[in-house]
Amino acid sequence: MTWKTKWTTRTEEPAEIEAVDPALKQALGDFKASVRAWSDAAHHRPHTAQSIVVHRSWQLAAGWSLAAVLLTGTMSGGFYEHHQRVVAAHIAAVQKAEQGRQAAAQRALDQAQQEEDMLASVDTDVSREVPSAMEPLAQLTDEGESK
Amino acid sequence: MAACTILDTMTMATADEDAAQEFSSVVASHRPQIFRFLLASTRDVDLAETLTQECFLKAHRNWSSFRGDSSAMTWLMRIAINLQKDHWRNRRMQFWRQTRTNSVDLDEASDWLPSGESSQETRLLARERVAQVWSAVEALSERQRTVFLLRYVEELELSEIAHTTGLSEGTVKAHLSRALARVRTELGGKR
Repeated sequence: MTWKTKWTTRTEEPAEIEAVDPALKQALGDFKASVRAWSDAAHHRPHTAQSIVVHRSWQLAAGWSLAAVLLTGTMSGGFYEHHQRVVAAHIAAVQKAEQGRQAAAQRALDQAQQEEDMLASVDTDVSREVPSAMEPLAQLTDEGESK
Repeated sequence: MAACTILDTMTMATADEDAAQEFSSVVASHRPQIFRFLLASTRDVDLAETLTQECFLKAHRNWSSFRGDSSAMTWLMRIAINLQKDHWRNRRMQFWRQTRTNSVDLDEASDWLPSGESSQETRLLARERVAQVWSAVEALSERQRTVFLLRYVEELELSEIAHTTGLSEGTVKAHLSRALARVRTELGGKR
């Protein structure tokens, strides 16, 4: 005897159970009558078209995710733009300062050159001039040389 | 040749009309029973109507392949059972979805009693018994519930249930016995 035959022969016949249990039979009859009454009422109810609301939470989740991505993207874009502007301003300031420093250095160089030129010309002029106190001696020297 | 083609077309059209009329009569005669079975299985009027419509839509598509090996009722009931299984399987697969069920609770389902001339007390007792049976039915496995409803609501023979569900008669009997034992326990008659 296999397990299957044991299992099926062990159980009582449904008809036997019903026969020996009138309360069960009564309950089953009431149940059948109840289901049939419900079904008849539902089957003959007026039908109205109604929209079926389907909650698709995955669509909701996808929508929220997309919104979050867009929001994050927008905010990141804003921050990036702001950061780029700050960096560009910093670079411009540095370049401007460098240009100013170079211009100042150039000006200082030019001024030093001018001063050097001026001092050189002053030295030449001064060396060619004879002080007035030495003028007679210079004339004597020139006459003696001519004789 | 052309006449033959026209004749063939007319014959086919007539055959189609006959098949359509035959199918219409099948729908008219079996729709209440299919709906009732699905209603008892789901306790959801809207879902039962939807599944009933799907059942007949599927039957209409496959009507030409119905060979009459079994009765139309058995064939339709088998389609309904498969649709119901698919529905619950999809619900289980979609557990993460926010699904809404319209199943009525057991008390509400027990409110339905045939209108008769019975006394108030008799009706109250009947209502209580129906609620107990519903409670037992809810605790049954899907297969036991199907077999139980086919037997005690649709009053199919064991051989028809076996044919409809694809189970052997022995298995059907075993499922019925267990279902009845559960009902008897719920009724307080466990001996």
